[in-house]
Amino acid sequence: MRRLLLAATALAAFAPLVAHAQSAPTQTLKIALNEDPDILDPTLARTFVGRIVFAGLCDKLFDIDEKLNFVPQLATSYEYTDPKTLLLHLRPGVTFQDGTKMDAAAVKYSLERHATMAGSSRKGEISAMDHVDVVDPLTVKVVLKSPSAPFIAQLTDRAGMIVSPKAAAAEGKDFGLHPVCAGPFSFGERVAQDHITLDRYPGYWDAKNVHFAHVIYRIITDTSVKLANLEAGSVDIAERIAPSDVAQARKNPKLNVAIIPGIGYDSINFNLANGTRANTPIGQSALVRKAFELSIDRKALMQVVYNGLFTPTVQAIPASSPYFDADLKVPERDVAKAKALLAQAGVKLPVPVTLAVSTSPVQEQMGEVVQSMAAEAGFAVKVQATEFASMLSAETHGDFEASAIGWSGRPDPDGNLYSFFYTNAPLNDSKYSNKDVDTWLDQSRATTDVATRKALFAKVVTQVEKDLPVMYLDAPSWVTGMTKKLSGFRPVPDGMIRLQGMELAK
Amino acid sequence: MNSHLGRRIAQVLPTILLVSMLVFGLQQLMPGDPALVLAGEERDPVVLAQIRQELWLDRPIPVQYLHWIGGVVQGNLGYSWRIREPVLSLVEEKLPVTLQLGVMAFVIAIGIGIPAGILSAVKRNTRWDYIANGIGLAGLSTPNFWLGIMLILLVSVKLGWLPPSGYVSLFDDWRQSLATTIMPAFVLGNAIAAVLMRHTRSAMLTAMDQDYVRTARAKGLSEGVVILKHALRNALVPVITLGALELGTLLSGAVLTEQVFSIPGFGKLIVDAVFNRDYPVVQGVVLVTATIYILLNLLADVLYVVINPRLRRA
Repeated sequence: MRRLLLAATALAAFAPLVAHAQSAPTQTLKIALNEDPDILDPTLARTFVGRIVFAGLCDKLFDIDEKLNFVPQLATSYEYTDPKTLLLHLRPGVTFQDGTKMDAAAVKYSLERHATMAGSSRKGEISAMDHVDVVDPLTVKVVLKSPSAPFIAQLTDRAGMIVSPKAAAAEGKDFGLHPVCAGPFSFGERVAQDHITLDRYPGYWDAKNVHFAHVIYRIITDTSVKLANLEAGSVDIAERIAPSDVAQARKNPKLNVAIIPGIGYDSINFNLANGTRANTPIGQSALVRKAFELSIDRKALMQVVYNGLFTPTVQAIPASSPYFDADLKVPERDVAKAKALLAQAGVKLPVPVTLAVSTSPVQEQMGEVVQSMAAEAGFAVKVQATEFASMLSAETHGDFEASAIGWSGRPDPDGNLYSFFYTNAPLNDSKYSNKDVDTWLDQSRATTDVATRKALFAKVVTQVEKDLPVMYLDAPSWVTGMTKKLSGFRPVPDGMIRLQGMELAK
Repeated sequence: MNSHLGRRIAQVLPTILLVSMLVFGLQQLMPGDPALVLAGEERDPVVLAQIRQELWLDRPIPVQYLHWIGGVVQGNLGYSWRIREPVLSLVEEKLPVTLQLGVMAFVIAIGIGIPAGILSAVKRNTRWDYIANGIGLAGLSTPNFWLGIMLILLVSVKLGWLPPSGYVSLFDDWRQSLATTIMPAFVLGNAIAAVLMRHTRSAMLTAMDQDYVRTARAKGLSEGVVILKHALRNALVPVITLGALELGTLLSGAVLTEQVFSIPGFGKLIVDAVFNRDYPVVQGVVLVTATIYILLNLLADVLYVVINPRLRRA
């Protein structure tokens, strides 16, 4: 029996090598990206599009699945030995693309790098971490400053990406120019604004599920040109197809379109107490904001602007999340009630509202539809199209009355709520402050019990819907176009393109 | 003439320095905080402060300028805040791309514009003149991005003749390189061809009425020699000036064309850098572009002398 076990173990160990020798993939997958990613260093990176490239380059401790469950990647499981002590059990036999071992010391190194490196964008995400200990080569102990339920969710994104300590130490701040991780593909080359090439890493722990020799991410910023490339076969898969292009893509017999609701949202943020521009009827009265909300027909808005592909919503928690509050319904448009609320608030009509939107045709159209709908209830909306960087700056510094902005979303509701509604939190541009909301948010961090957290989040989203510092419009869907030759694409609500399991028919 | 050229050469350095100040100064007027853009979605105040400190954004503007220009003098244009690549290597990577595109566009523009202008002038008020004028007007009034997308849809998607976008270096595969750049070069060259055509036509019409052309004809020279050697040579002086000025159009046109065809050149580099508030890249690219522009204008001054011997005695 023992011999049999040994033989089986040896066979299992060599199986990937044998499989590799038999059929090393030769194909190249070409992916169209909407923008050029920023630096390819998981500690410093900040863009959504960069995360798509990381999906091929850097595995994380955990991944998420279609239902936002945490699934093993570099770690096989986790357990809390007490509310402040988290044990991570690592996958054995994993190596970085430079051949060095991915073990507990490497995890400790990466987590500490995320937490302490100057300019790290991960600092805030893992601020709950106090220190990391190596228990044994395959076990890491993370000690938290205080209990933090969302901590594990952070490990499903860049904060959970483990870099090769050897390469990171050698490259320092320039690590992002030659990143080395433990993902299915190693870094090949990058020509800024043109393409990023990754090459298959034969030593990848799940190599049997990787069917391409190379992946080329091509940067194509114009949406029509991106679709033209897909139709002409110059790229195999394209992320974020514009809703207005979906009909054309669907008509093409060579293409497939995958649509999945994301974990982010589009919203209108109101300035409640951020500087002098908060002194407006809509900034000072929740009744006026409610009237504004009732004047908008979200379903019609979705039809006109997003071809019906995005889902109307009134909360920051995505419908795919176990924490979604199904009792919180999207209100129907009710102009009469909106007018009554304005009368009750005693404001002079029409109520002036300056709505900042970014300078994209879709955003401007959204602003115009809102403008015409709100006018019927007694609002005089002035749509102010502003280039995105300027708009972001204006919003942060309180130079806005209402601002249409989106959030790409995080798998744990904490990532969509805490920074936006906790008093003086970094993304709370409305300067909303409600002691109850602060308490509930704190409590939701202190427990890992799903039912308790769900009840707390329900209180938060209900209160927010009442106070309306932010008016949610929709949950955008990820629209991915691809050639019919491509199989194995898994649409996941985070919008990433996971390369494992995908194959191109010849 | 030598003193004229000398004066022009002496103006080059101060002009470049002035441009560097203007670029730096104007950039400060742009709304939007670079640190906020760089911080991405997570705007942690601690991270913002670190970014500002690292990029010298917390220092007075004159200090920032001196820090930057000090580097430029030593050949260091800084590094991209967004992707951390040195600006100089980005310039080295992108400049040949836009140069290739520009040269091809200019060859196309000259190849179409000047013969069409000559034809139109020689065959004044005939249908050839009307056709050439009509094409010229269409070329002038067609927006680059529209023509670009239409060509992609027709030539790449419908006919499948050429790749819809992207770029391959001439040194990697010259055939593929031409295949990827011919459409954008045509789009870019098309508008300039129209301008060249109209100016060549009017310059040729003026030249053809001159006494020396009548004299040349009276000497019994063939019409071809009269047109090409006597009239065209004189007519080309204003056309060259215009050509040099149109290089500006070429560079600004490249911004849109490169965007449409996803060509990783100077135009795309600067657009992305402006939107991402990647100041060192904007500064570096504008400075290099301005220098090229100034040098090309200097070259045009030299060319006048070569083309028109009368200027040598001036």
